[in-house]
Amino acid sequence: MAVQTFHQLIARNKRNSVLLIAGFMVFFLGLGLLIGMVWSGVESGGVDPVTGEDRPVEINWHFSVGVAAVAAGIAFLLTMASYYKGGDALLSMSGARQISKADDPQLFNVVDELAIAAGQPAPRIYIINDTAMNAFATGRDPKHATVAITIGLRQKLNRDELQAVMAHEMSHVRHYDILYATLMAVLVGTLVMLCDIFLRSLWFGAGSRRRSRDRQGGNPLQLILLVIAVILAIIAPILARMIQMALSRQREYLADAGAVELTRNPDGLAAALNKLTSDQEVLEVANRATAPLYIVHPIKKFEERSSSIFKTHPPIKDRVRRIMSLVQ
Amino acid sequence: MIGLYIAIGVLLLLAIVAVAVYNRLVQKRVRCEEAWSQIDVQLKRRYDLIPNLVDTVKGYAAHEKETLENVIQARNAAVGAQGVQEQAEAENMLSGALRQLFALSEAYPNLKANENFAQLQEELTSTENKIAFARQHYNDTVAVYNIAIQQFPNNMIAGPLGFQKREMFEIEDPEQREAPKVEF
Repeated sequence: MAVQTFHQLIARNKRNSVLLIAGFMVFFLGLGLLIGMVWSGVESGGVDPVTGEDRPVEINWHFSVGVAAVAAGIAFLLTMASYYKGGDALLSMSGARQISKADDPQLFNVVDELAIAAGQPAPRIYIINDTAMNAFATGRDPKHATVAITIGLRQKLNRDELQAVMAHEMSHVRHYDILYATLMAVLVGTLVMLCDIFLRSLWFGAGSRRRSRDRQGGNPLQLILLVIAVILAIIAPILARMIQMALSRQREYLADAGAVELTRNPDGLAAALNKLTSDQEVLEVANRATAPLYIVHPIKKFEERSSSIFKTHPPIKDRVRRIMSLVQ
Repeated sequence: MIGLYIAIGVLLLLAIVAVAVYNRLVQKRVRCEEAWSQIDVQLKRRYDLIPNLVDTVKGYAAHEKETLENVIQARNAAVGAQGVQEQAEAENMLSGALRQLFALSEAYPNLKANENFAQLQEELTSTENKIAFARQHYNDTVAVYNIAIQQFPNNMIAGPLGFQKREMFEIEDPEQREAPKVEF
């Protein structure tokens, strides 16, 4: 859908966030139901130890729905946690710490200026202790927003460029990109992580479990785990792709445009982006889930070979070209 | 009988629409006032910073009396200004005088090296930016409001209930940056 106005942009991000939460809940509900069905089915089936006859497989629906409800409850708690505390989780994952005005008066002044330009409250400011050049924004709305910048970027930018980078992050805040991106990073990130742990433990645990199998027809738990594993193995890579698509290239262009709208200074942003390209250092604290949040991809080489439609960040050259065309 | 009900229904609907329009307009007017008060906050902050700055500069460049006096005069004129237009003119004068003062500081290495001066310069630069941004935000908000009160059907409500067009905070600064055309 083509977005026409600022308000439509915000509405789209809010709608996508609701859809994401709904999808997450449905996924957990379905997974819970499946676990319940397989579990009760396997329990009821197999060979009767007394008579030696084959028993019919019966699915206990009450039990299945119960398991599904528990799973949905867990999903609900995870959703609430990521809505209210997702930003904090991402910040601590990135090793960011909050600073006060005494630590860096100029950075605070610059952010305050932009808050006035945008007519919204000033976000909290965090510093990432890393020499790579990068920055990101997180939170759930402009009142609960945080901008974070690496020490490397902070030190290499002049005042105008710093203002431009912060304006880009403030635009993500204003557009509610932070809500969708944070939910996506935390919820899907958690899921992908769970899949990874689960699949790995299944892989290593398979041998010992095979030896301990004593019943004919198999251990129900083992079968359930196998079914879940197969599902997760299919879904995990799709989810990872979804994270990468969460902050589409369009959002980055729009945040650049929003930054210029705030500062009325395209040269500052162009200069900052050019400095960002020249930096080849990898930001170690970023991972697959948090990468789309940053102003440029944390693995800089990504910029060069990212020609697929799945890339999260547009090439910087293209961004600079679009910024300069805004004022012609 | 049915005709009466329809008439009452239509009137009720119109009343609901009118109230909704009125509330929206009030909201837009309040936003303008908020934006204006933000400019005021920053202007006052600048008035407070200037005496400090002048005192610091005096210690290093006492014989640049004229420039210093210009700043003080412009500041006092701005403090006493009435109305949007007069205020805007006085503020532009003050901005010009401050620019001169900072340009002058280039000739005094000791002054530039003074930590207190550097701090004041950063604070004043930031305040200048805040004033410019607050003005930009005020103008954007006023533009939205002015369009809203002239549009149909808002103008049916806005006119009789005293919603008046607001003045923009115009500045005649050659360095002023043009608003970019942002397309989504």
